[in-house]
Amino acid sequence: MFSRAARLTRVAPIRAVAPRAPVSSIVARRTVTTNAASAQGPSSVPESEDEPFQITLSDESFETYELDPPPYTLDVTKKELKQMYHDMVSIRQLEMAADRLYKEKKIRGFCHLSTGQEAVAVGIEHAIEKTDDVITSYRCHGFAYMRGATVRSVIGELLGRREGIAYGKGGSMHMFTKGFYGGNGIVGAQVPVGAGLAFAQKYTGGKKASVILYGDGASNQGQVFEAFNMAKLWKLPALFGCENNKYGMGTSAARSSALTDYYKRGQYIPGLKVNGMDVLAVKAAVQYGKQWTVEDNGPMVLEYVTYRYGGHSMSDPGTTYRTREEIQRMRSTNDPIAGLKQHILDWGVAKEEELKAIDKEARNHVNEEVALAEAMPHPEATPRILFEDIYVKGSEPQFIRGRTLDENFYF
Amino acid sequence: MSRYLRPAARLAASARVQAIRPSVASPFLSRPAAVSSLQKRTYANASGVKDYTVRDALNEALAEELEANDKVFVLGEEVAQYNGAYKVTKGLLDRFGEKRIIDTPITESGFCGLAVGAALSGLHPVCEFMTFNFAMQAIDQIVNSAAKTLYMSGGIQPCNITFRGPNGFASGVGAQHSQDYSAWYGSIPGLKVVSPWSAEDAKGLLKAAIRDPNPVVFLENELMYGQTFPMSEAAQKDDFVIPFGKAKIERAGKDLTIVSLSRCVGQSLVAAENLKKKYGVEVEVINLRSVKPLDIETIIKSVKKTHRLLAVESGFPAYGVSAEILALTMEYGFDYLDAPAQRVTGADVPTPYAAGLEDMSFPNEGVIERFAAKMLRL
Repeated sequence: MFSRAARLTRVAPIRAVAPRAPVSSIVARRTVTTNAASAQGPSSVPESEDEPFQITLSDESFETYELDPPPYTLDVTKKELKQMYHDMVSIRQLEMAADRLYKEKKIRGFCHLSTGQEAVAVGIEHAIEKTDDVITSYRCHGFAYMRGATVRSVIGELLGRREGIAYGKGGSMHMFTKGFYGGNGIVGAQVPVGAGLAFAQKYTGGKKASVILYGDGASNQGQVFEAFNMAKLWKLPALFGCENNKYGMGTSAARSSALTDYYKRGQYIPGLKVNGMDVLAVKAAVQYGKQWTVEDNGPMVLEYVTYRYGGHSMSDPGTTYRTREEIQRMRSTNDPIAGLKQHILDWGVAKEEELKAIDKEARNHVNEEVALAEAMPHPEATPRILFEDIYVKGSEPQFIRGRTLDENFYF
Repeated sequence: MSRYLRPAARLAASARVQAIRPSVASPFLSRPAAVSSLQKRTYANASGVKDYTVRDALNEALAEELEANDKVFVLGEEVAQYNGAYKVTKGLLDRFGEKRIIDTPITESGFCGLAVGAALSGLHPVCEFMTFNFAMQAIDQIVNSAAKTLYMSGGIQPCNITFRGPNGFASGVGAQHSQDYSAWYGSIPGLKVVSPWSAEDAKGLLKAAIRDPNPVVFLENELMYGQTFPMSEAAQKDDFVIPFGKAKIERAGKDLTIVSLSRCVGQSLVAAENLKKKYGVEVEVINLRSVKPLDIETIIKSVKKTHRLLAVESGFPAYGVSAEILALTMEYGFDYLDAPAQRVTGADVPTPYAAGLEDMSFPNEGVIERFAAKMLRL
């Protein structure tokens, strides 16, 4: 086991390296691993489900920028590890169900899946409280689920049903629930909005933080930097986080970004790059980030190094800008679910049969929920439903105009 | 004829508002009496009337709402230490402190988005743009993040925010600082858009905007800030609000209806006075106050009486507020018109700097008067 002080010396040279010194940079420059099963467990785990035990993350889990690295040890319980496994499997099943329903032409329009990126949503949720806030881009199903949305409400929304999470008004990209602010369709626009959530947390007091997610593609939007500036200026409890899945649509990070070290892009904001395929590393990073930011140290820019197995959206086969081998390699060797599974087995947290039972339970649950969602009624195609919720109830104008005068709707 | 002029639907709608928002409802209830005395705008018999500039009225509205609700805060460029680029927020920093009166960097998209986020989180931000010309940098946040979120969330995520600042024509500031955005915001479902003319408008509408649970775009005019208006005793009170979607007849008449908003209301009133002096005609001048929702009912009632309509605004002519008024008048009031409805607007040109050319680009009293006279074949 390594002490934190020992880590410091390893990480610090990264930012001290002069670009002119190629030899030393090769030695010091280490990119974080995307190995999903690189943590070390204890020699034996406690019998009890709830008794914490310590695991040690790979020393390639983090890279830091103007920041002491988080502890490389993390306290977990058997129950929590199994819950994390359950959550990731559920999101995978949820996304696979969406994929199937889309191909059956039951889901309309855009549909962006997060298959391969599950460890980010799950690791974050396990590191924060329900009273914290999360906002993300359009790839939002997993986050909505982790924030408390039911599978049926997410699938119901994708199917455009009245009992969907947004009553069939939002669709794939727009899901909201308590502490979750979407589901935003304009690339990068959620970043200043997220800074506003953090602003409100600071304004109202309390030890809360906002987790603000955007992709590597969005990271080049000007308003991201505007949000960074104000968050630092006003010391907002904002955990900006670039979910770097290597491609913004079909443009690889290197083809879109002059600096692909997204965790350094806060410039004056400390950064933390984390292995986004390892749910334990994500949890450790976000837990550390939250503590750091609620102690009034201002914002942090995280980078979750992850990988999207599918295309950008359902219409993208995802193979013109990357090789099938690359996808296959990530799937077979770096999968976040397989990684955690390996840990659970290696550490003796649970037996294979128990995990299989979790897999089955999650699959059955998703299937049941999908069936319920498919049975949900469509929103009535009536003016009352069409025109509701444009304005807050009770504050509507006298009427809303329809396509023709005789379709006007009077409240 | 459409259902629109049926009284029952309107009564039901207003009863509903009162039931759900009692704090706002009480001034609404007393409105008929208050408004009739306001509309006379006479000094002689109204006791307690005071002169206010539009700037003072806005300042008072902000101060009262800041006082009444901790969730309200003001943010924007130069709103705090500088006291506001146009001094609308003067003194607020001293009174409410830097937690609630917040100077932002020059980063419209960012601070507008931040304000929207704070509103989604339950606060009631007043987001000042130094002028609405700069809000074009942030219009995505206003339209996509503020206006649409309630609907997209199926009604679970409201956004109580007020965007305010000077809009439209100002003097000698060239093309990039002279645009009127009424039509832009007026076309967006989910937004409410108001544009005051007088000091009472400014105060009552701004207070209503801050209290309204929806995103409201509040379009002021730089040239109006220093203008003085009498403010009735009722309007000086801290519970004075003006309901949205209700136009005000500033001058009654029977020969021609002029529908206008913001600064052009004053110009139209001068033109109406001159028309009366020169030709003895009575022109009715309607101050829209609210761009969205638009009070077509008041317009059509007036047209039923005058049979002629002229819309006056300072925006670009194409696809504008006047275009909408003319279209609605044609849809709802065609049979009452004795002549085609007409409009006076800004010219379809980027605003020139030279005074003589600038003068040709926007409506003024003379143009309104001449065009109205022509319409009336005087």
